Amino acid sequence: MFGFEHLLSVLIFLPLAGAGFILVIPGDDEVAVRNARRTALFASSFTFVMSLFLWFGFDTTTADFQFVEKAEWIPTYNITYHLGVDGISMLFVMLTTLLTPICVLASWDSIKSRVKEYMIAFLILETMMVGMFCALDMVIFYIFFEAVLIPMFLIIGVWGGQRRVYASYKLFLYTLAGSVLMLLAILVMYRQAGTTDIPTLMATRFDPNLQIWLWLAFFASFAVKVPMWPVHTWLPDAHVEAPTAGSVILAGVLLKFGGYGFIRFSLPMFPDASVYFTPLIYGLSIVAVIYTSLVALVQHDMKKLIAYSSIAHMGFVTAGTFTMTTQGVEGAVYQMLSHGVVSAALFLCVGVIYDRLHTREISAYGGLVHKMPTYAFVFMLFMMASVGLPGTGGFVGEFLVLAGLFKANTWVAAFVATGVILGAAYMLYLYRRVVFGALEKDEVKKMLDMSPREIAVFAPLIVLTVWMGIYPASFLDVMHVSVDNLLGQVQIALDASKAAVVAGH
Amino acid sequence: MAEVPNIAPVLPEIFLALAAMSLLMLGVFQKAVTPDGVMRASRLTSGLGVLTLFLAMLLVFTVSGDTKMAFDGLFVSDPFATFVKVLILIASIMSLVLAQNWLEHQGAHRFEFAILVIFATLGMMMMVSAGNLMSLYMGLELQSLSLYVLAAFHRDDTRSTEAGLKYFVLGALASGFVLYGSSLVYGFSGTTDFTTIAATVAAQEHTPMGLIIGLVFVMAGLAFKVSAVPFHMWTPDVYEGAPTPVTAFFAVAPKVAAIALFLRVMVGPFGSLVAEWQQVVVVISVLSMALGAFAAIAQVNIKRMMAYSSIGHVGYALIGLAVGNEAGVTGVLVYLAIYVFMNIGTFACIMAMRRGDRQVESINELGGLAKTHPGMAAVLAVFMFSMAGIPPLAGFFGKFYIFLAAIEAQLYALAIIGVLASVVSAYYYLRIIKIMYFDDAGIEPLESPLPRTITGVLAVSGVVIVLFFLVPAPVITWAGAAAASLF
Repeated sequence: MFGFEHLLSVLIFLPLAGAGFILVIPGDDEVAVRNARRTALFASSFTFVMSLFLWFGFDTTTADFQFVEKAEWIPTYNITYHLGVDGISMLFVMLTTLLTPICVLASWDSIKSRVKEYMIAFLILETMMVGMFCALDMVIFYIFFEAVLIPMFLIIGVWGGQRRVYASYKLFLYTLAGSVLMLLAILVMYRQAGTTDIPTLMATRFDPNLQIWLWLAFFASFAVKVPMWPVHTWLPDAHVEAPTAGSVILAGVLLKFGGYGFIRFSLPMFPDASVYFTPLIYGLSIVAVIYTSLVALVQHDMKKLIAYSSIAHMGFVTAGTFTMTTQGVEGAVYQMLSHGVVSAALFLCVGVIYDRLHTREISAYGGLVHKMPTYAFVFMLFMMASVGLPGTGGFVGEFLVLAGLFKANTWVAAFVATGVILGAAYMLYLYRRVVFGALEKDEVKKMLDMSPREIAVFAPLIVLTVWMGIYPASFLDVMHVSVDNLLGQVQIALDASKAAVVAGH
Repeated sequence: MAEVPNIAPVLPEIFLALAAMSLLMLGVFQKAVTPDGVMRASRLTSGLGVLTLFLAMLLVFTVSGDTKMAFDGLFVSDPFATFVKVLILIASIMSLVLAQNWLEHQGAHRFEFAILVIFATLGMMMMVSAGNLMSLYMGLELQSLSLYVLAAFHRDDTRSTEAGLKYFVLGALASGFVLYGSSLVYGFSGTTDFTTIAATVAAQEHTPMGLIIGLVFVMAGLAFKVSAVPFHMWTPDVYEGAPTPVTAFFAVAPKVAAIALFLRVMVGPFGSLVAEWQQVVVVISVLSMALGAFAAIAQVNIKRMMAYSSIGHVGYALIGLAVGNEAGVTGVLVYLAIYVFMNIGTFACIMAMRRGDRQVESINELGGLAKTHPGMAAVLAVFMFSMAGIPPLAGFFGKFYIFLAAIEAQLYALAIIGVLASVVSAYYYLRIIKIMYFDDAGIEPLESPLPRTITGVLAVSGVVIVLFFLVPAPVITWAGAAAASLF
């Protein structure tokens, strides 16, 4: 059936087609702008509906790549247009297709200038993100991975806040500097293995000494994307200056590129180096969790606070990934998914009040609960999810990561666990200052509660957060076979190199 | 009976030479004395010039095929030459198409422009087909002399005359280097024929020092022609001073030709000396990339910035030469093909920067272009991202094959410096985008609508750069075949 053989290509290029339609809408008047918004919403929603076929058609009993497409692209260099998803990447594709229509809806009224270009940028961004998660060829992967920078640079730079130029440059140059080293590593792998096909490379054994260098090159790219301390400084700037929907997509999907990369590339392709560098990752993760949580405590800007909390949450992800235990890796994936939903929702929460008062200063608010009860409830739900309250998605991820960490290294687990406490501290402190307290400020008194459109934006995220908290099995089952298979491969590779070392002596 | 020389491989060049001379006659006999007459004559030669170059391109395709020699090996026609000649002709055609409108606006339209461009193109085609040090020098000089005149073409403008003079003095020096080096090479190998030199050099157990010195002199001269550091000093001044269409032409066609000549000379006659010249090429490549990246940051004049940008691009292309094998040459050819379209497109945008009668060149004049000229801003942004090497735009693929070749040859340090320089250069390419998209418009917007010729060139080059990723295979396969013919 059409759509199933080429479902992934459809998912990738549907948003691009939508962008093409917007491009040919003539004029700049009210009608054209409205049509642009509607086209973007339609294209991204339709992509989401199509991605449901992926969800329902997915076979959770196999670790093989599914919905595979393969076509010749550059035959002289053996580079193919190879797509496919497994239990890990499929979930990220779903996350992307879900968040994009929400972003479009969230920008409905808040973006007033150059609406057409904005919507085009978002749809192109969706194409690149979906493509990145589906790519099964290193070159295709790299193209999508890097191309994301173009729309993101424009989204922050054109529609961002005061220091948008600085923030967009920082985002672009930081990520570019990391990725070009990864490009060289990809080329070295091509030289060694003669192919850029990801499944083939996963089965290729690289020399452990070479692995160290390759791992470091990939690390340079992914650590910036995650972001890990100390290369995290671009993130607070980018988040603060980006428009709401830009922050949502940045926190929701783009930060997952790094974690996904570690799981997809670093672990299976360079297992020896991954073991070798595990202490480094642990160290950086602990610093990220504790240090950025403390930094978050003293922020005056809501978006900056949530940005720092994202870095702390990503510290869980990196620590969990490199435990190389089923719990740890599944927890890392789960944490990424739930963080994708929760942090996206938190940025939307900030966006709701920012649209009304045009400031992100925490001190400008206070006592919102009296005027905006619905908003207070929604914000509380996501605040709790971010803290990791049982019954929300955030809990499951953190719990699994900590369980995996305890197996691997108790001390690391103990340090990382303090992040949960600190997380509760800064989130509750934020919530108290913004929502509770006396309703004193005149501007705040005039604020209205959420509109039906805003509720519609939050509804799917609320459902998803609670679902992820109450019945995690529906997501864990999807990734379970793939994660097990991945770790099995890593173990076999590690045993093989151990045997080689023993034989060498 | 005297044998009739086989002139079939040289047909495109012969055609160009005859056509250029006929056009010259045609121009002269127009008796253009009135302003109207001058205008008519220049339009006529320009139009016919484009047609001539186009026909020459068809002829290049007709005579393409296997390696063919003419005039006892003085002239070589092989797939490599065909590939490069097609690029040169495309670049010349687009420059000529762009030039006419600009020249008319500046009152510098004269029928000699098209003829000079054709002669320069002819010189370049001779260069890439050279099979002998003498034909190399002939082609190089025909090209250079035409370019000196072109640089000073706007003779009422002091900057243009200054640029022409500067280019002439320094260019003549470089030609002298090439000539002196060639004479040393002749002295120590006893021949000027490329294949014989190659055989002689390979047979020698110890390469004589004189030959090495000769080689270095030839390389210095060629490095000047491609404007690689440390022989780049003329580039920013000449680019800035020369009339913009001439700068556009300088930035593409002669560069492509000179790099192709560099490749042919290095891997042809001196192929077995790769160990001797590789370090030299590595050094000038690294210096060019670094200088191109850092010096461009501080520029305020867009033409000057593009000069440094082109120095940087030459640095990348030289990585492919430093590799010195088939993969490297393939990389360079792909790079050049993409480079031509990126640069012509960018210069088309620069030519469109006009306020009333005034041509503006400051980067800040682009402020708010995204609001006043959304189409042009979008295309220029595409070119800038492409030059920075961001996928999926074509510029990425150019760099990709160069770095692939470098990695395969285990030139890791060179590759790492290259990618890091590309990050630095991304900074100034982004600056153009920032000014167009993030800043507000100046007091008055740039003139609109754009002339049709500019829109046409922008459309063609923009489509090539954006859609290259869809079907990269044909170009890459063709470049691979072209590179294979050199070895």
